[in-house]
Amino acid sequence: MIETPQKIIKTSTGRSLRTEEMVVNMGPQHPSTHGVLRLEVVLDGEIVVDVVPHMGYLHRCFEKHCEHMTNYQQVIPYVDRMDYTAAMTNELAFVVGVEKMLKIEVSERVHYIRIIMAELQRIASHLIAIGTFGIDMGAFTPFLYCFRDRERILDMFEATCGARLLYNYMWVGGLSHDLPPGFVETAKQFCVDFKKTLKDLNDLLNYNEIFIKRTANVGILPKDLAINYACSGPMLRGSGVDWDLRRDDPYTLYHKFNWEVVVGKGEVGTVGDVWNRHMVRQREMEQSVYIIEQALASLPDGDVSKTIPKRIRPTPGDNYTRIESPRGELGFYIIAEDSVTPYRIKARAPAFVNLSVINEISKGAMLADLVAIMGSIDIVLGEVDR
Amino acid sequence: MEFITSALENQILLTVLNAALPLLFILPYALVTIYIEMKMAAHMQNRLAYMQTGYHGTLQPFADIVKLLQKEDIIPTAADKFLFILAPYLVFVGTYASFAVLPFSSAYAGSELDLGIFYLVAASSLVVVGILMAGWASNNKWSLFGALRSAAQIVSYEIPAALAILGVVMIAGTMNLQTLTSLQSGGIHEWIIFGGTLPLGHKLALIPFIVVLFVIYLISSMAEVNRTPFDIPEAESELVQGYNTEYSGMKFAIFYLAEYANLFLVSAVAVVLFFGGWASPFGELMSGPLWGTFWFVTKGMLFVCLNIWLRWTLPRMRVDQLMYVSWKVMTPFALLCVIVIGFILVL
Repeated sequence: MIETPQKIIKTSTGRSLRTEEMVVNMGPQHPSTHGVLRLEVVLDGEIVVDVVPHMGYLHRCFEKHCEHMTNYQQVIPYVDRMDYTAAMTNELAFVVGVEKMLKIEVSERVHYIRIIMAELQRIASHLIAIGTFGIDMGAFTPFLYCFRDRERILDMFEATCGARLLYNYMWVGGLSHDLPPGFVETAKQFCVDFKKTLKDLNDLLNYNEIFIKRTANVGILPKDLAINYACSGPMLRGSGVDWDLRRDDPYTLYHKFNWEVVVGKGEVGTVGDVWNRHMVRQREMEQSVYIIEQALASLPDGDVSKTIPKRIRPTPGDNYTRIESPRGELGFYIIAEDSVTPYRIKARAPAFVNLSVINEISKGAMLADLVAIMGSIDIVLGEVDR
Repeated sequence: MEFITSALENQILLTVLNAALPLLFILPYALVTIYIEMKMAAHMQNRLAYMQTGYHGTLQPFADIVKLLQKEDIIPTAADKFLFILAPYLVFVGTYASFAVLPFSSAYAGSELDLGIFYLVAASSLVVVGILMAGWASNNKWSLFGALRSAAQIVSYEIPAALAILGVVMIAGTMNLQTLTSLQSGGIHEWIIFGGTLPLGHKLALIPFIVVLFVIYLISSMAEVNRTPFDIPEAESELVQGYNTEYSGMKFAIFYLAEYANLFLVSAVAVVLFFGGWASPFGELMSGPLWGTFWFVTKGMLFVCLNIWLRWTLPRMRVDQLMYVSWKVMTPFALLCVIVIGFILVL
């Protein structure tokens, strides 16, 4: 509970009036907290004085559950349910970690398919982020444009592994299924069509005068603060820090492709404001399309399930592996003892870390700005609470 | 009017009919507009909207009404019961009262008041009181926020709107909406947006200023009906549903009805003030009482559709930006236009 100090102000006629700050609970059921997050907001009129996020409404004991599986493979479906808008990248992070501990080298085709899936997932995830951010700003139409294209990605995933949201597709040592016939053509066509959507989004939302007024110079997260709070992903790059794990701590085969790390340049507003964070996502989707196009063009042949081990029993020890999920640095710290189940799994969830900065950047903003800031952090409560 | 009088000798019946006629328009209009809005929004967004109930979902608005009628009417325990119940009706009354002076055709206007437009501005302000009541009585902080924002917004946007109306009144020389429309009935070139019935030289000098006034009126009218980009009082992503968060069932439906009625009201006022009201664009051709109603409703609906189009395209503004636009941009411009129009008229 936050204390609200009382203020006495004198009116022009000499009477004294008592004013008071107001505490409102934004959430757990509120349209713009993107899930079950509760923000305890202290307001002075429309101005935000203090914000305290309360989380844990979606806590499902993910880490504890992992210790009681019968083997490592069984953890993967659980990992899916952390960041449910980007299940593929969650799997990738976990699988890459366990493979490192087992010292398994997967075939090149597996790497390629993983990259294609992870980048498609990044696009799908960013489309949700951008679309719902549009709704937060009151623009409903871009949301449906985003979901139209996300639907096509989900269709591709469905054709590949049968699931649309929680895939259990990447397994330790390989993949559950090979690509279905026709996937490459569908994906190529998607890449062509999607570039048009990117342009539409720019016209309809990103360079709209009202949208820029609402987002530019709002919720500025300076470079040093972003680093101090260990922000990652578009949050960090929006603040102008050139840091992307795909390039700076390479995993799978990202170094084989030509692409750029997108950094907020501040062409509108200040570097580190809501608009720049939002635009980093927009431009990252474009880069993802380039990666997918290159990967599809040079997709090697091979067997995707040859290297899947029958029994996973890593040598005792620990390992931390991190990848660049759509939200930032997603890492799994795995401690293995001489057993078929992990002794301990700790997930470093980017959304949780990014959310912690909200109090710093939203003080003094208006209530409507708080919504914009929340939307630009792009949290997924499944990952924040785990 | 003579026809109705001769058909109904009874004065009381006449008065009741006179008062109820706009309601007979509003109810079907609201159903049609809900349908149009949903379909327009859907087609802008690559979807189909209602397709199941009736041909292309035409019966869906009726289904919505039936659903709202059946819903439990919840009054929060801590709410101020009297004000809570009164508020939606007051909002509707404010809007409906303004319909009294709208000239639907050359044969019908609820009241041909000489202070017509003045009365309309005053009566439609009553809506604010209702919204404030709703926000306060709900005993919900979000509702209160919505109500306060709404009050601030409507009050500040009435000033540029009133100034824009003043410019038109100066040109036409009357506040009676029926007379104002009759003045413009000579064809499209006599509409006030094109300078009314003044001599050609005056017209050419006036047009740029009238167009500016029209744009100012259009923007303020959008703000007055609380729709995107000015839907700050019920900003869904910030205030849940604003002042009507706690309302359900029929009371909510009344708010909804009032919103749509208000939407037509401001569109109709724009039509009367700038686009000739019930007057046919071809002068004598296609004119007459029934054609008049046709033109009036058609023109009004065009503006309603414009509102819908903008609503589903633009993001929402922030509350301080909204005030900035009203006080620092639109009010000075409207004042300037009114002064210049005054000079041109005197010269």
